[in-house]
Amino acid sequence: MKKTLCLYFQVHQPYRLRQYRFFDIGKNHYYFDDFANKTIMSRVASRCYIPANKLMLDLIKKYDGAFKIAFSVSGIAMEQMEQYAPEALESFRQLADTGHVEFLAETYSHSLSSLISPRKFKDQISMHVKAVEKHFGQKPRAFRNTELIYSDTIGEMVAGLGFTTMLTEGARHILGWKSPDYLYVNALNPKLKLLLRNFRLSDDIAFRFSDRNWGDWPLTAEKYAAWIAGALEKDDIVNIFMDYESFGEHQTASSGIFNFLKALPGMILSHADLEVLTPSQATQKHQPIAPLNVPYAISWADEERDISAWLGNELQKEAFADLYKIENQVRDSNDPELQRDFRRLQASDHFYYMCTKFFSDGDVHKYFNPYDTPYEAFINYMNVLSDITLRATKKKV
Amino acid sequence: MFGWEFPPHIAGGLGTACDGLTRGLAKHQVEVLFVMPSASGDEDQTAVRIINASDVAAFRTKEEARRIFDKVQFLKVTSNLIPYLGPDEFEEQVDLEREKEWNEFRISFGQKYKFSGKYGNNLMEEVMRYSLVAAAIARQNRFDVIHAHDWLTYMAGIAAKRVTGKPLVIHVHATEFDRSGENVNTQVYELEKRGMEAADRVIAVSNLTRNTIINRYHIDPSKVFTVHNAVDFSSAENREISRGVPEKIVTFLGRITFQKGPEYFIEAAYKVLQKTQNVRFVMAGSGDMFNRSVRRVAKLGISSHFHFTGFLRGEDVKNMFAYSDVYVMPSVSEPFGISPLEAMRANVPTIISKQSGVAEVLNHAIKVDFWDVNALADAIYGLLTYPALTAMTVRCGLEEVNSLKWDNAALKVKHIYESVTEEKSKIQ
Repeated sequence: MKKTLCLYFQVHQPYRLRQYRFFDIGKNHYYFDDFANKTIMSRVASRCYIPANKLMLDLIKKYDGAFKIAFSVSGIAMEQMEQYAPEALESFRQLADTGHVEFLAETYSHSLSSLISPRKFKDQISMHVKAVEKHFGQKPRAFRNTELIYSDTIGEMVAGLGFTTMLTEGARHILGWKSPDYLYVNALNPKLKLLLRNFRLSDDIAFRFSDRNWGDWPLTAEKYAAWIAGALEKDDIVNIFMDYESFGEHQTASSGIFNFLKALPGMILSHADLEVLTPSQATQKHQPIAPLNVPYAISWADEERDISAWLGNELQKEAFADLYKIENQVRDSNDPELQRDFRRLQASDHFYYMCTKFFSDGDVHKYFNPYDTPYEAFINYMNVLSDITLRATKKKV
Repeated sequence: MFGWEFPPHIAGGLGTACDGLTRGLAKHQVEVLFVMPSASGDEDQTAVRIINASDVAAFRTKEEARRIFDKVQFLKVTSNLIPYLGPDEFEEQVDLEREKEWNEFRISFGQKYKFSGKYGNNLMEEVMRYSLVAAAIARQNRFDVIHAHDWLTYMAGIAAKRVTGKPLVIHVHATEFDRSGENVNTQVYELEKRGMEAADRVIAVSNLTRNTIINRYHIDPSKVFTVHNAVDFSSAENREISRGVPEKIVTFLGRITFQKGPEYFIEAAYKVLQKTQNVRFVMAGSGDMFNRSVRRVAKLGISSHFHFTGFLRGEDVKNMFAYSDVYVMPSVSEPFGISPLEAMRANVPTIISKQSGVAEVLNHAIKVDFWDVNALADAIYGLLTYPALTAMTVRCGLEEVNSLKWDNAALKVKHIYESVTEEKSKIQ
């Protein structure tokens, strides 16, 4: 039986907040920095989404379906593409039409709702599923949670919604001596199959590709394909999961990332015992080897691979708790604008900006971060939250 | 080490810094001889030996006086006591004039001089006399490095270097630009520049100050080093105080002068008071912008929630911190700024301007541009309104302040000493 390489790319952009001062509270209900959002979306579309999608389309055609990929596009990223870069959304649609690209389900807002509100989590997923159907003409069968956040109970909720495949991190502190390169199942509901990210091989591209101090620089497609083949001599599946912005944005075009990507499928497929499958195909093909016990939530972020980047300090916890206090009022309000704003405020990025873990080495955290310090991020977010809380509670009366 | 003041008799942060630094140096086995113009005898001498310049005659014999006079050529005290600083120009003086000067000099400096050690009208005269005494002290003691704190002692440092040839380190706690904005006193500027030029190493209390030294005094960047100030707090200052008012208190504490940015505090207060009346603002201190500030507050119609205390000292300062819910330092220009650290130690969340040196070492204070009144108002409002913000800045701020040790700063200073003594020995 052939061994499997599974590629999935995350596409997400939050709605960044404008500078919202306390004197705006109760007076001005517009929260978003249209200029920044438009600028960033246009930039990422032209540097990454459009050229990378074109290349992916060429590769899929060239290898006649032997090369497959998967995307998860957050709902608010789709919204912003519609607004600011419709041609990027169209290029994803073209990929969907090939039949060789799987679109995954996630929370509409790229939210952390799985950590606080099962009801909100469910709402967010069904909303995202509808958006995927609308834009890409597929009903997602596999699920990936924001930042690959996963625990036994989150997996159980996801299984309860009818998904049979979920993607998460191959966190070393969970796996111990075990390899991430096999199929696992949820500890509470074995119907949910788990694909675990091989973080070493994924980060070789996402973080290290253009690092000239890295011993393996420059990374060629040939070398990389050999590493994958090496990993799969014993194991079943290598899962390469990363942000799609790695292509052209985090790793710039001048680093040679597109040439690398262009050469990669050929190099992989030159190994006769390797094939490329989408997540749902991979879980159907392989047999799970064991249940995975994850009592506390894991993620793909930072060294800790936990949720402390979003809910690690008291600022984040307070903002998060306050946000979901108005969940029911917003839901019952029948006010589409209020509901839209509430969705956008749920994006995990807002909490990421408040992270104080990396005062010294915040490279990744600084990326696209509009704030100089976590305190500024918190004050701005809380001002917005104060205003939306007023709107939500007034409407109820 | 030449300083102008030492605890307990201090007018500003300079004496405290000297105290902390010398204690830190003592821990790293550096012996310090601290020369100050007017010691009172009640200084804590566990870490330093203090020499009172008022007790030292400039010269013991006429010959000695003559020798020093010949070496310390940069100095000329004219009738109105304006220092004249150019050795080159001095050389051009005719012998006759020189002899005349010498006679005047011998008469006026031949005995002990009672320094006030204050910052009064005859400051320039004291600075000059101090440098003469410094030369004498330098001849009478053994040491490896000369370290001079702020412009008042630079001349003393130069004099000591001239008579002994030992390396000179000058320590810039503030520059004339910090004290006077763009309207600098050119005499003071000249003294500062001489000191920096004559020094083998220049220590700046922040990168901000280092940049001023490089850009405004045109000093070679390779000899200018930043050593951030520190504080030595034994423990958190937790005093309970009963409040007379139910509102939260936002405090400005410092000299009410241009460079401390009091007007930005007032404008921000006005903005916050538009939104909430559940807050009072306090401006503690005195200074040349005091009257103007009172008038501005009255004009904005916020006097019922804005209070002036006048100058506070000692216990009153501590009580003021204990009284405060937010501390604000909106300085336009602040070489370092120790008071935010005192506030954080007293568990008061703190807002500082990005234009302060202390902003370079603090992560857990909220930082705003001094001119950005909206951002300042927003930060004040945030601290008054969102409990997690206060909880976190207080908790992490205290940890952070407690980690800023003079030990570490002193070690950096010691390394600078070592680099100059090594250089000197190579040349010899």
